[in-house]
Amino acid sequence: MYEGAVQDLIDELGLLPGIGPKSAQRIAFHVLGADSADVTRLAQTLQRVKEQVRFCRICFNVASEELCRVCRDARRNESVICVVEEPKDVIAIEKTREFRGKYHVLGGAINPLDGVGPDNLRIRELMQRLAEGTVTELIIATDPNTEGEATATYLALLVKPMGLTVSRLASGLPVGGDLEFADEVTLGRAFEGRRTLDV
Amino acid sequence: MGKGAGQYGARGLYRDHAIVLRLHKLGEADRIITVLTKRHGKIRAVAKGVRKTSSRFGARLEPFSHIDVQLYLGRSLDVVSQVETLTHFGKNIMSDYAGYTAASVIAETAERLVDEEREPALRLYLLTVGALRSIAAGEHDPPLILDAYLLRAMATAGWEPALQACAVCGRDGAHRAFSVASGGCVCTGCRPPGSATPAPETLELMSALLHGSWNYADASVEKIRREASGLIAAHLQWHLERGLRSLPFVERP
Repeated sequence: MYEGAVQDLIDELGLLPGIGPKSAQRIAFHVLGADSADVTRLAQTLQRVKEQVRFCRICFNVASEELCRVCRDARRNESVICVVEEPKDVIAIEKTREFRGKYHVLGGAINPLDGVGPDNLRIRELMQRLAEGTVTELIIATDPNTEGEATATYLALLVKPMGLTVSRLASGLPVGGDLEFADEVTLGRAFEGRRTLDV
Repeated sequence: MGKGAGQYGARGLYRDHAIVLRLHKLGEADRIITVLTKRHGKIRAVAKGVRKTSSRFGARLEPFSHIDVQLYLGRSLDVVSQVETLTHFGKNIMSDYAGYTAASVIAETAERLVDEEREPALRLYLLTVGALRSIAAGEHDPPLILDAYLLRAMATAGWEPALQACAVCGRDGAHRAFSVASGGCVCTGCRPPGSATPAPETLELMSALLHGSWNYADASVEKIRREASGLIAAHLQWHLERGLRSLPFVERP
């Protein structure tokens, strides 16, 4: 046990995800040895992220203003909405430069074992957006795991009466991998989602 | 059963059939998995790197998967070294929302009914595999399969509700009152205050689910099913002494 402020810092750092007691101690001593200006900047950034960053009023992505960058952009296609679980999924899809529509961040996936049901996600807000009538296609990009697939099934059932086109991201083999190493679940999905080659 | 038992190989390796009950994230790319195995009971183990897309067995360790798994003994948690799929129940379960919510309750119940890790629970394992297989195959309505599972799982734990004889005095007969605290149906003489008075068909449905009379169960009406589900859930949660988190999310028609 260290004394006073050093132990407090180690305890606080230890609460962060993925940081164990040893890592917390290493970071604490790094902070102790760093320049005062660097430490002040870190402290101010931490404070600013909590004070200034909020969730977009429309899509619930992280934003520094009332609307996020994507919702503010008039060039984006308003008739297509891509539904994701977390704000970090928006960044991952934006990196592909393949999607020019808008997003809706649910805030997680339906997981009864963890006590997360449809009412704990931003599904009601999504339904309100769809009811406005400008959206014609919904792309469900929840994670390709059991919870993500079940959430996709739930959304598809909910949206079906509205007559929208509902699609699900394809899943299959990773680019650059060898077929022989693929597991049977992924390979099975790749077969289900195979496409015709237009040559 | 301690970790030092002689059933493990020279390097602490062991292999078993298992059902994946629950996953927790661990660090950057690992998971802690809770499985119910055929011979070693409930095991919590670390599956390294399974959240990466390059993982060779991440997809096989999804909830409700029936797997053949090889593990080695770790200091606190065992570590998964190889996994083969026996049946991927999750594929059909996740495309049926009612099935998914019922399967989640089955997984949570199985996890809660086995207190100690490595305590063999073969009957519960077989029951869990059977229930998930039935949901995946769409053999009956998922809430009915769930209620049948809960009744039979309670029977394996020694908490089978009395549906024929009085739970207190043992007097035979078609008793009308049901008392969770007393352990099932009670006669007029033993009936404690606050006992429920379900419809006779509700108790018949519970008996049918417990003994596998599926023709009777499939023909039952929704009102009776709901009443039976309520009694079964109350009975289970009374004995577990704590509510099941997944139970309120069960999707019913």
